[in-house]
Amino acid sequence: MIRTLAKKELHTLFVAPSTWWMLALLQFIFAWFYLARMDDYLQVQAQLAQMDSAPGATISIAAPLASVLAIVLMMLIPLFTMRLIAEERRNQTWILLSTAPISATDIVLGKYFGLLAMLSIIIAACAVMVSSLALGTHADFGLIAGNILGVWLLAASYAALGLFFSSLTRQPVVAAFGALAVSFGLWMLEMSSGAVRVLAPTVHFQNLNVGLISTADLIYFALFIVGFLLLTIERVRRERGEV
Amino acid sequence: MASPITLSALNLTRFHGGRSVVTDVSLELHRGEVLGLLGHNGAGKSTTLQMLAGALTPSSGRVEVCDFDIARKPALAKACLGFLPEHPPIYKDMRVDDYLTFAAKLHHVLPAQLTDYLNLAKQRCGLSDCGKKLIGTLSKGYQQRVGIAQAIIHQPPVVILDEPTVGLDPTQIRDIRELIRELGNSSSVILSTHLLHEVENICDRAVILQQGKVIFNDTTNELRRHSDIESSFIRLTAMPAEGATT
Repeated sequence: MIRTLAKKELHTLFVAPSTWWMLALLQFIFAWFYLARMDDYLQVQAQLAQMDSAPGATISIAAPLASVLAIVLMMLIPLFTMRLIAEERRNQTWILLSTAPISATDIVLGKYFGLLAMLSIIIAACAVMVSSLALGTHADFGLIAGNILGVWLLAASYAALGLFFSSLTRQPVVAAFGALAVSFGLWMLEMSSGAVRVLAPTVHFQNLNVGLISTADLIYFALFIVGFLLLTIERVRRERGEV
Repeated sequence: MASPITLSALNLTRFHGGRSVVTDVSLELHRGEVLGLLGHNGAGKSTTLQMLAGALTPSSGRVEVCDFDIARKPALAKACLGFLPEHPPIYKDMRVDDYLTFAAKLHHVLPAQLTDYLNLAKQRCGLSDCGKKLIGTLSKGYQQRVGIAQAIIHQPPVVILDEPTVGLDPTQIRDIRELIRELGNSSSVILSTHLLHEVENICDRAVILQQGKVIFNDTTNELRRHSDIESSFIRLTAMPAEGATT
């Protein structure tokens, strides 16, 4: 059942022209940054060659790119998640799902995985682009993989957060702004100095950004995703009056 | 009554902003019966049907479909239901076939039966030529038919239709009425309408709602007994609902 719903969600995303525009724009922005970073790197390459342990091409180009992608996705994902539940309520198609003999878990996970499949496509396209570094130099694929994993976990977290906000309202715009505001708030926490820093998803992304995969970060992301998915399921369950 | 009860509602009440929209509505539906829900605008017809279909939680009271409590065993109860809401829940960016297949899968139709069920539903609703069309490009009447097809595709024992003939032309209305009659042979149908002759033609029993209360619940013959159905309806609804006035 989850697969049926996820496939339908993916289909809905890909028949909308706006999705293709967003994908194209994202690839363009990403390629632009990639070339700009490449340019910078080539300019300082002569000086770097004289240093003992100079940073390689991967950490100078791929890692900053992953950070850019992470920020772009943070702003983009609420636009996708707002459609998942809030817009279905407004279009009065939600009733088809809420009167179907399927559980709230099926609905929420189906929608979540549908969106996640689409986000994975975006991230995979960027991964392919970054891997083209290997054409000209020795790319550090371990570091690239760490970054891609980080971006993917971050995207999955923002998707879960956005889905929760989508389940709270029947106004897509409210859902998008709510999710965006909280994402920004969490991002701001990163700038603070106290212990609250650990709450920010971006802080946990930083380790992966430099190629460090730690269990603590993975657990944080898992808790973040599962937590918001559970909240969403509970919200849908209550709305459907299930006891 | 010989035939078993397929749907029963007990003391349904729903509050909306401190005001009760539906008060203490109880009704029963037997297999092979077509029940018409009548009432003025705002009498609570749609709210009642939404509660019966499990789309809206009653403030109090309960609903049983095929002996399953819809709040306690939602998956089992909802599997016995097909529901057409007031606004057909259609995805305008999907093709008719894709949409109906999706609706069938949501109701656990087995993959082996999908094609048969899809074709039967399309044929019953006169959609056989529209399978490849985008729902958004169809006219209002055809969208309504897609909504009806969605409600009957999994061949549920109980079909709930909220104003099924709205937006249809006279020929289509006749076709849909025949369809409802046909459905009434095998399953139970409950439909809301404000067209009186529709009730007269196709319903075995009528329930009239007035300000959220049941003021009449009997066979359509009973409604016709004293005078014609229209004057009976006007006479009944002209009387203030019990306890509703001061």
